[in-house]
Amino acid sequence: MTHLSPGFADPVLDAQASFRAVLEAMSRPGRIQRIEARITPPAPLCTAAAAALLSLADSDTPLWLDAGDTVAEWLRFHCGAPIMPEIGAARFALACGAAPSLAALDVGTDEDPQLGATLILQVAGLIAGDGWRLTGPGIQHEHRLHVLGAPADFTAAWARNQALFPRGIDVLLCAGDSIAALPRSVTIAEA
Amino acid sequence: MTEAGYNFAYLDEATKRMIRRAILKAVAIPGHQIPFGAREMPLPYGWGTGGIQVTASILGPNDVLKVIDQGADDTTNAVSIRRFFTRVAGIATTEVTGEASIIQTRHRIPEKPLTENQILVYQVPQPEPLFRLEPHRAETRRLHALADYGLMHVRLYEDIARLGHIAKAYDYPVMVNERYLMSPSPIPAFDNPKMHQMAALQLFGAGREKRIYAVPPYTPVRSLDFEDHPFRPIRAPHACAICGSTTSYLDELVTDDAGGRAFICSDTDYCQERQQAPKAAAE
Amino acid sequence: MYVAVKGGEKAISAAHAWLDETRRGDTALPELSVAQIEQQMALAVDRVMAEGSCHDRFLAALAIKQAKGDLIEAAFLLRAYRTTLPRFGASAPLETSRMRLRRRISATYKDLPGGQVLGPTFDYTHRLLDFALAAEGRDAPATPEAPTDMTDVPRVTEILAREGLMQREALSESEPGDLTREPLSFPASRPVRLQNLARGDEGFLLALGYSTQRGYGNAHPFVGEIRVGHIGVEITPPELGFAIDIGDIGITECQMVNQFKGSRTEPAQFTRGYGLVFGHGERRAMSMALVDRGLRARELGEEADAPAQQEEFVLYHSDNIEATGFVEHLKLPHYVDFQSELENLRTIRRAAEAELREAAE
Repeated sequence: MTHLSPGFADPVLDAQASFRAVLEAMSRPGRIQRIEARITPPAPLCTAAAAALLSLADSDTPLWLDAGDTVAEWLRFHCGAPIMPEIGAARFALACGAAPSLAALDVGTDEDPQLGATLILQVAGLIAGDGWRLTGPGIQHEHRLHVLGAPADFTAAWARNQALFPRGIDVLLCAGDSIAALPRSVTIAEA
Repeated sequence: MTEAGYNFAYLDEATKRMIRRAILKAVAIPGHQIPFGAREMPLPYGWGTGGIQVTASILGPNDVLKVIDQGADDTTNAVSIRRFFTRVAGIATTEVTGEASIIQTRHRIPEKPLTENQILVYQVPQPEPLFRLEPHRAETRRLHALADYGLMHVRLYEDIARLGHIAKAYDYPVMVNERYLMSPSPIPAFDNPKMHQMAALQLFGAGREKRIYAVPPYTPVRSLDFEDHPFRPIRAPHACAICGSTTSYLDELVTDDAGGRAFICSDTDYCQERQQAPKAAAE
Repeated sequence: MYVAVKGGEKAISAAHAWLDETRRGDTALPELSVAQIEQQMALAVDRVMAEGSCHDRFLAALAIKQAKGDLIEAAFLLRAYRTTLPRFGASAPLETSRMRLRRRISATYKDLPGGQVLGPTFDYTHRLLDFALAAEGRDAPATPEAPTDMTDVPRVTEILAREGLMQREALSESEPGDLTREPLSFPASRPVRLQNLARGDEGFLLALGYSTQRGYGNAHPFVGEIRVGHIGVEITPPELGFAIDIGDIGITECQMVNQFKGSRTEPAQFTRGYGLVFGHGERRAMSMALVDRGLRARELGEEADAPAQQEEFVLYHSDNIEATGFVEHLKLPHYVDFQSELENLRTIRRAAEAELREAAE
């Protein structure tokens, strides 16, 4: 086994702070939050995605990822999450490379829409102020979010996901220590 | 200092993760009740265990916590819950609405408008808005899935037919983002309009019934009504005997055995602030 | 003028100090020790372990002392403690034919392998207050104990099953659900139902079980067997890969034999209602077995309209910790909702009076 870098420096308080950043991101879609946890995940995993997973995933949440064996080993060790070969069986999916099709993830059922998966999507960068126009719950008028390296046709795929509501998946966009969320309730319009 | 032998904020980390996952899904699906593995708490079911578990799962050392019951900081159960968090999380508490980052409440929304930097946590005895009309949870789940709320409309309409208006005075049902029928918890209907487009995140915890739900900030929350019978929030038509407010929600006090009544603000911090304001202005 | 009382904090502290004082009672009398409760209030300890869902005689006895003998309060204390304990895993199924029995009776066979063992029981005692017990310092005479040679006492239901007359339960290697970690959902699996009943309120189970005997539910129960005794618990830690004994627990098992008329796919045979509880709790185990059989009505294609057959009703209302919390929460202030009702009622009455006046004019 290769040497594993440590997880959260303070498993209790770093998890709490990371969760609050994710909660704030989810409550105000498209607003960029900073994750301040002291953590050095193995490449290509970024700080924000690592902190989100460490604070939310565990043995009860099957995980799919495309980030390679080192990251898989690191997450298995620090979260205890079972790694799934099939993305459809995962509660959390971590995409560091090409984004998977949103339609491949579990969207839950009308009675249990909360079973819809959370996709953690690593992107090249998040910039506020221009880009997509977001509206919906959590947004007073409009939030703007520019996603560097967003998957092609993402907004069209998102519209199909949103049409499933209350079923659907939720997305956490991560870049470095920044995080922004797209809950299934949000409407995205191209700039 | 926090209580020896217990984790920060009492709950173990695995339980917090489970609750945090439920909270995030609740925010993503506004008004939908998420089943969660509520734990036995050292306070009884029905006394705020749902709210306590939600608060314990979001709380950090930099938070400032306010706990109110019936709008007041000094009611016994509010005192007890505040003490619990001081004991197990060692965090700062306040009675001043504007100073709190997390406000846990039973039966009221503070009079002072909340801000984006605050989270309101409601204690919920009965999360299912349809429970008096359909006690089987397997059935109400199906109705929520179909967004079939005919039962509730019929019930409200029957009130109007019989009494001339809707007889629900508290726990008055709301539609969240025009999709889910939701119980606002037993707040007076007077408080319902405050939920609409609130700047703060609203989280709801029902411990005994093991459900968590949420209203994200700036989300439409509509009290059910009919075009010819619009929703009307009711308060006692009096002024507060202490601060003179004619717009706040009032508690009624029985002052003697001869029909004497006095009315005072139920929100003790709001009342306090109004009492101090004229003094401050005078100085 | 009257101002709402401040100083809730002080009042709470004073009330709790008073509680401590009344718990101790008359200080001229010696204080009860936890060990005395554990030994001499053994059945109360057993009930608290069962409803508290935690097998620890010392902690249960401590809880009873702290709760001033209020057994539901004691079970609550134990539950609240239990919930803070780490979960190591699931034990291997208990093979109750290997129990070390103190008591074993069957109402269906006069004699059977292992025999009828009466054990320590209230059965056949004459319920006359024993004033001799009021005189302290009397030691009970030692009872002669017959050596037990049976290490493996077959279960009555197994004897019937070998003849094809008792429906066998499906075996499963999967870990059963755990309602302390996952909320109930319906239809609930039988393991979850049994877990719910095993820690359910004894009075509730008793009343529901009784109702099935009186025609609310189609029960024709026989006590196939009740066995009381001790048994070892084994777990297999994944890092070891083999089972280790982690200690003994006291349990009571009851298997009720019930008629089943059969269906198109199954011949007529007996079916079982099952009860298994911590400690010595025959009333609880029997009631549990009756209610378990009631809850199987739907799966067996029987009518299911009696209270004891309604899964949601039974499972949501069996837990006395949940029930007592919610009933007692009515003591908490409800000024705000009550005030809204008051104003509502006054509005309705004003409107009605105005209408009456108009009609009169």
